[in-house]
Amino acid sequence: MNFSEYAWLIVFSPFIGFLINGLVGRKFSEKTIGLIGSLASTLSFVISVLIFFQYSALSQKAPIQIDLFKWIVAGGINVSIGYQIDSLSLVMVLVVTGVGSLIHFYSIGYMHGEKGFARYFAYLNLFMFSMLNLVLGNNILLMFLGWEGVGLCSYLLIGYYYETDYAPTAGKKAFIVNRIGDFGFLIGIFLIIQNFGTLNFTELSTVVAKGTSVGNDTIFWITLMLFVGATGKSAQIPLYVWLPDAMAGPTPVSALIHAATMVTSGVYMIARLSFLYVLAPETMAIVAFVGGATALFAATIGTQQNDIKKVLAYSTVSQLGFMFMAVGVGAFTAGIFHLVTHAFFKALLFLGSGSIIYALHHEQDMRNMGGLRKKLPVTFFTFLMGTLAIAGTPFFSGFFSKDEILWKVFNYSSLLFWMGALAAMLTSFYMFRLVFMTFFGEMRYHEHGGHHVHESPAVMTVPLIILAVLSVFGGFMGIPHVLDVFHVGNYFEHFLSSSVKDSLPIVFGTKEEWGTMSLSVIIAIIGFTIAYVIYLKKKYVPGDDSTIKGYKKVIYNKYYVDEMYERTVISGTIRISKTVYEYFDKLVIDGIVNGVGKSIRRIGEGIRGTQTGLVRDYMLTMIIGVSIMLVYVLVNKFMMIRL
Amino acid sequence: MELTINHYLVLSAILFSIGTAGVLIRRTGIVILMSIELMLNAVNITLVAFSRYQQQVTGEILVFFVMAVAAAEAAVGLAILVVVYHHKKSVDVDEINSLRR
Repeated sequence: MNFSEYAWLIVFSPFIGFLINGLVGRKFSEKTIGLIGSLASTLSFVISVLIFFQYSALSQKAPIQIDLFKWIVAGGINVSIGYQIDSLSLVMVLVVTGVGSLIHFYSIGYMHGEKGFARYFAYLNLFMFSMLNLVLGNNILLMFLGWEGVGLCSYLLIGYYYETDYAPTAGKKAFIVNRIGDFGFLIGIFLIIQNFGTLNFTELSTVVAKGTSVGNDTIFWITLMLFVGATGKSAQIPLYVWLPDAMAGPTPVSALIHAATMVTSGVYMIARLSFLYVLAPETMAIVAFVGGATALFAATIGTQQNDIKKVLAYSTVSQLGFMFMAVGVGAFTAGIFHLVTHAFFKALLFLGSGSIIYALHHEQDMRNMGGLRKKLPVTFFTFLMGTLAIAGTPFFSGFFSKDEILWKVFNYSSLLFWMGALAAMLTSFYMFRLVFMTFFGEMRYHEHGGHHVHESPAVMTVPLIILAVLSVFGGFMGIPHVLDVFHVGNYFEHFLSSSVKDSLPIVFGTKEEWGTMSLSVIIAIIGFTIAYVIYLKKKYVPGDDSTIKGYKKVIYNKYYVDEMYERTVISGTIRISKTVYEYFDKLVIDGIVNGVGKSIRRIGEGIRGTQTGLVRDYMLTMIIGVSIMLVYVLVNKFMMIRL
Repeated sequence: MELTINHYLVLSAILFSIGTAGVLIRRTGIVILMSIELMLNAVNITLVAFSRYQQQVTGEILVFFVMAVAAAEAAVGLAILVVVYHHKKSVDVDEINSLRR
């Protein structure tokens, strides 16, 4: 049985779930809604696992094309709704459907009793549908369709609590910032159509492989514009500002969309178009340094946040920076590898924080937590696993992927390496700060009104445990060769090599690889120790917002970037809009519209005088008219006779 | 004196003019209807005269149609005037101008 024939079901199963829950979901019980949503997503996962096993058994790993139907045929452009299965898209599909299904199940517990339960699951399934279009689409336009679709779902789910003040605003912010990036993405698509005449990935790579006549400048602009789209979707400098605000949505949404899947689509896009990016080393350098800067910048902000989800949000931005750093230097495999492990441990961390927030009745401020270790044992243990993974503890998944990135980056530029290393140290620091403030020390949460803090139900803890296992052991699919004592090889890199290959030349030897590896371990330990001394030994708890002073205040307020955007870009746009409104809209547009109206009114008023209401006047007009016609006919006749 | 086509045409023209003048000058609805009737009959005279002159019967047949239409028109017109009179206690057409406002 050839499972790839059922690949369309991967995409459309969540869509069917969306239709059912979206149209008639309100009539069902919570259990039915949750099961429909989760099973729709699980079906996709099962099919993709079957396809994965079949595909990895193939000796010749050519991409499998599934063309469903023609979508747009215009001139030389021929775009189809078609899906492409190769190692890269399979990795993404497995992550999206696997982590996605776990989060669906988790949501049944977390969203229990919320208003709009069916709406939530409908949006979640719609998101899965869009995301699978994004990763499986065999052309850039279908990818863009998914790209916009996930943006829409992100907006809808951030604004899920639409009755609050902050959630709809955060949703709008996410949508508008993404639109700015998408504008760049669109320009990139247009440039590709103009210069290559095709949007299909395989056709594009064939054209490029044959040696294209398209100039390097053009390719530079194409790749740069597409990267602008990626900075929006994947929250890189300068368009990262929406992601921390996106935490206004329900926590499983933050885990699925704003940590594990959607925000990584920029990295996937660059890996997918790696054959174009390698032709533009300038863009690659920009990608790498933007990634490095974001990794460091966001990590510093993360160290001073007190909202548990905000810490994780900045951590996500920072980790995405790592991935961009990797793909920027040409280590595409390392970037995708980190994407996968990050999906495991960041989904775990978010779901863990969701479990805490659920137990504490929507308390998110870490200053009001502490001592939850004994109350929430499963959450604590799984969360600790996630923290160890992200901090880069040896043999946890994050260690393998982050270390590989740092090692590859070291071959490219030592400045970038130190930026990454510093960011890794801060990562270890803020994550252990979070753990110490939340789970250790005294309990600062006040139980009131019979609400006792207790562990979440199994439907929430089981996904946590599965993700914890993946976070701990997931790294072993990509063992670096210096640690490969049993010579099992780097399975991940080997599997991906049929669709993506690294372009980075490795200039240093084994000695340096050991060096960077030990350095990253030391760095993680330094971060841990600082956090240990401040937050566990000295039991330091940050005071109220007003007591935060000095450099901490600047960082706590996120370097006032939002305020700066407010002052410059936003108020500038508003001012330009006002000027246009004042001088163009009011004078020109309104002038034309009102002018037409006024002139017709004036003509009408002029003619109005003839309507006297006297039959005699009408009769007279008629007689005059008939007389004129008669005279005209007679004169004509007379002239004819004369001639 | 032999009666020629011209005599008929002149008579018809005179009658038509009288009718037109009546429509233009008079204000009473009934008289206006009578004037219109006069105009129509002036036309009828022309038609019959030409029919005879051309030795063809078409004109005369047309006259029957005109008479039928005139009868119908008079019936409807008078009925309207009756309703207007009920409403306004007058058949002065100058006062029937509520659509103007």
